[in-house]
Amino acid sequence: MRRRPAKYSAAALAWRGLRGDSWPRVWRDTELKRSYDAVVVGGGVHGLATAYYLARNHGITDVAVVDKAYLGSGASGRNTAIVRANYLTPEGVAFYDRSLQLYNSMATDLNINVMFSERGHLTLAHSDAALRTMNWRAEVNKLQGVNSSVIDPDEIKKIAPALDTSDHPRHPILGALYHPPGGIVRHDAVVWGYARAADHMGVEMHQKTEVLDILCTGGDGPDGKGAGGRVTGVRTNRGDISTPVVVNCTAGWAGLISAMAGVRLPITTHPLQAAVTEPVKVFLNTVVVSGSLHVYISQTDRGELVFGAAVDPVATYSIRGSLEFTEELAGHVLELMPGISRMRLLRQWSGLCDMTPDYSPVMGFTPVDGFLVDVGWGTYGFKAAPVSGEQIAAAVATGKTPELIAPFALSRFDTGDLVGEKGAAAVGH
Amino acid sequence: MLLVPCPNCGPRNSADLRYGGESHARPDPATASPLQWRGYLYLRDNPADWLRETWYCRSGCRRWFTLERNTATNEFRDPPLPGDKRGGKA
Repeated sequence: MRRRPAKYSAAALAWRGLRGDSWPRVWRDTELKRSYDAVVVGGGVHGLATAYYLARNHGITDVAVVDKAYLGSGASGRNTAIVRANYLTPEGVAFYDRSLQLYNSMATDLNINVMFSERGHLTLAHSDAALRTMNWRAEVNKLQGVNSSVIDPDEIKKIAPALDTSDHPRHPILGALYHPPGGIVRHDAVVWGYARAADHMGVEMHQKTEVLDILCTGGDGPDGKGAGGRVTGVRTNRGDISTPVVVNCTAGWAGLISAMAGVRLPITTHPLQAAVTEPVKVFLNTVVVSGSLHVYISQTDRGELVFGAAVDPVATYSIRGSLEFTEELAGHVLELMPGISRMRLLRQWSGLCDMTPDYSPVMGFTPVDGFLVDVGWGTYGFKAAPVSGEQIAAAVATGKTPELIAPFALSRFDTGDLVGEKGAAAVGH
Repeated sequence: MLLVPCPNCGPRNSADLRYGGESHARPDPATASPLQWRGYLYLRDNPADWLRETWYCRSGCRRWFTLERNTATNEFRDPPLPGDKRGGKA
């Protein structure tokens, strides 16, 4: 059931402006049906991308995306919106590079301005060890055809004059991994764009629909859950749905949702805090990251500086902020950019990160037939959303694990084939 | 910040301790299968509820102990007293 979309364009804007027309609702509110071909749990950017690619690439449109809150209410609206492909493992680089390609054409594909700003990405090195890792990453990237190189402090100063590249700081900047294709994207627009495009193809989005249980049969655990079983449906606060396919696209609650199907995951949930300053004129036109100081900085189009940090050390589902975070963040940022000491923070927030032992995601099939996961997205979920949706949709449609996500299978923890991704933002160098 | 009830040092800022994660009984390395061992190493319950977990009081008594904490509210309950068997490394 394909609906006629209201196309976004300058002409449409002028036409509606002159006529005084309002824009139609971006997606429909529909009744929850009793049965779907597939149910996606989690209405964030991963879940919506999965639904979109199921409909667009595979013609599977009888899909429901359910979320216990509103679309984009979780990590999709809390991340620092950075995209890049300069990872360390060949598996990771190939995967994130595909994601970056999809981000590049997203505005055209989804007919929405996602404000992708390809502004370049600097990962600073403050020690010989960090510089060695940057060289390693640069070489892995070049082999895979990803534009990355190691630059010296003089070149860093040209790209980001606000940075203190002298030898005065306690952790002086010795060099950086420069990745020109990296940048920032407006994360809310990505969520709305996928939701709108999926809606046009017949996918249903159900907000305030909480999954209470996953119904299984034939498994080795209680109620037919667990290995060897298969999915028969989902129990929600709005009634039961029967479906042969359930995709877990949640972040933060991934372990709890998977446990409903009798699947244990190698995941612990940690909060990650971020903060934003008052807006000022644009002075920083690149993304700056320091693994050693656990901070990443970018300036939005509105002029606010967005700061992110490492995950909090204690596993918890509580997303309260802490003064320690603010103090530590301010100290680290001022060490990099002493010139902004008079700027004030507007607010801070946190989101939940599902951390895996090897800083790589868990994607694909599980021992329960029809139950797929797209979880364990730690601190790198937003930048991977388009490719994850594309690949998980392919897995659902074909019943086979696509090559690009084969290294990230849940079974790697049974065989010990971990993908140690030391290029993740959560890892200190 | 969390105020962690160390059984020996009393309430301490969590920054003074090292978080050891979920406490599970270690399978016998001599008899455990690789699958069991990797399950012990990697798989987690990760509940949004009461959790038994290990802590190391690195700038106080320098001992490992187990505590029960609610991961949704960060409350601790029933902390062990010094010399309590639960105070040992899990």
